[in-house]
Amino acid sequence: MQRLLMKGNEAIAEAAIKAGCRHFFGYPITPQNEVCAYMSRRMPQVEGVFLQAESEIAAISMVLGASAAGARAMTSSSSPGISLKTEGLSYIAGSDLPALIVNVQRGGPGLGTIQPAQSDYNQATKAPGHGDLRLLVFAPSTVQEMVDCVFETFDLTEKYRMPGMLLCDGLLGQMMEPVIFPEVEVTPSEKPWALTGHGDKRQPNIITSLNLDPELSQSANLARFERYAEIEKTQARAESLMTEDADIVVVAYGACARIARSAVSAARAEGIKAGMLRPITVWPFPTQQILAAGKSAKALLAVEMSMGQMVHDVRTAVQFKKPVHFFGRTGGVVPTPNEVLEQLKIIDGGLKA
Amino acid sequence: MFDALSRTVAIVGHYGSGKTNLSLNLALALKGQGRRVAIADLDVLNPYFGSGVFKALAEREGLRVITSAYAGSTLDIPALTGRLAACLGGEDTIVIDAGGDGDGSLALGSYAPMITQGEYDLLFVVNFFRALTKTARQAADYLREIETACRLKVTAIANNSNLGEHTTPQDISASIEEAAKLCQITQKPLLFTSMRDDIARQFVRPDNGIFPVKVYPKTPWE
Repeated sequence: MQRLLMKGNEAIAEAAIKAGCRHFFGYPITPQNEVCAYMSRRMPQVEGVFLQAESEIAAISMVLGASAAGARAMTSSSSPGISLKTEGLSYIAGSDLPALIVNVQRGGPGLGTIQPAQSDYNQATKAPGHGDLRLLVFAPSTVQEMVDCVFETFDLTEKYRMPGMLLCDGLLGQMMEPVIFPEVEVTPSEKPWALTGHGDKRQPNIITSLNLDPELSQSANLARFERYAEIEKTQARAESLMTEDADIVVVAYGACARIARSAVSAARAEGIKAGMLRPITVWPFPTQQILAAGKSAKALLAVEMSMGQMVHDVRTAVQFKKPVHFFGRTGGVVPTPNEVLEQLKIIDGGLKA
Repeated sequence: MFDALSRTVAIVGHYGSGKTNLSLNLALALKGQGRRVAIADLDVLNPYFGSGVFKALAEREGLRVITSAYAGSTLDIPALTGRLAACLGGEDTIVIDAGGDGDGSLALGSYAPMITQGEYDLLFVVNFFRALTKTARQAADYLREIETACRLKVTAIANNSNLGEHTTPQDISASIEEAAKLCQITQKPLLFTSMRDDIARQFVRPDNGIFPVKVYPKTPWE
């Protein structure tokens, strides 16, 4: 198995191709442009489709069409572009279609900045589009994990017939790390629902998010939420680091978890019993894992590149029984390990006082 | 290794081959020879890690830095500066850090009429651990694409193969074989194989084609 040095954005694109995706529809935006650039070079080599659409809305609608026809399809963008895609995303969820959407987040709101941020957390996990819907959201924190999550997200979105997102940030998208691609034989999942032509041999399949009868619309939502409940029970993932004896548990995901990890190591070296819980999925949120990791803790600290979005899910996870502090930087500013260490010292001082 | 380099040295290559870091190291090495050196950032495509980001460091080390007024401002503006044209053909040695691939080398092409009036060196940087330049043949395709875009001829290959902090001397040995193939296909000489200075120290090679470099880009958690 050959190691390669890749940018996060390139690794996502290559992983998607290795996972059997042959349909990519996109529209350029910094800091995710390398996904498009890489796809434009690679897709023709594997007889796939790279299409630069006229807009983000067109691109996600093409994903809907390709997915309805049974293809593994994906699109990628960055924060402002994802906002544009929310309409199509909701239609994909309402049509019970699988699809992969990549968000390499940048600072907002509005046009914001091209520097990294995690301020689309609420959008991804709470309101990815209009209507009652959920989005599977993976939040990798290394280039290797970006690769692994692409495979996993494709599989799960097909298993549960729902859209899934890779929630990254500009730092992960732009940084280079060695990666190994898993040597797996991808077997396309059975899609008896796909629009492949009935050939007068079966009833036509119908894929639509239009459901005018309220009773039928309700039962479609209820069926969807039964699947969501199963996913919440079985698919939440997190990594735990030195939480067994921790007084303070830092909760951070994505690039922020890399910073938090350095801060936790530095804190341990100074005799502060710190640990870290890193959500790998942010929907479903790893509530049970956080509860377990925070068992011995006297306090928790959420670190995010936002004004504080995930912190509310952490507070809910510990049922408001423990103080959950927050430290964040916003607008494209990246927190430093030293800043996080300072926070740990302050909290630790408070615990001992 | 660098005595024969002319006063205009441009660095091109596939995205992520390490052009910016190599440009900085090369500029500092040339300065070490007693030359007056300027480094010019012509990478108008990469908003994150262009040499504009290392402006403060380069100036501290005594290099002149030629960048657009928007460099380091994170404004996503592909702007060039008029200062490069004013400096070309002068007494200083200018190291030009071009953008990646053909697209990124287009900006360099706009200076080709000036550059070709004098002597120049155009170094093609290659990292055989990049996904799209794993083989000499793939790298040769990029080399030709870049030559067309920048309207200049590559004068030498710079083998900068690495896996970041995980690079081993074995990785580099393997890359030297591939670099030899690239030289054969393209009929270009190999100027050097660059590697992190700590690896260079444990690296034994009969001929003297090693350029030890420092790695300047840092992640926020280092």
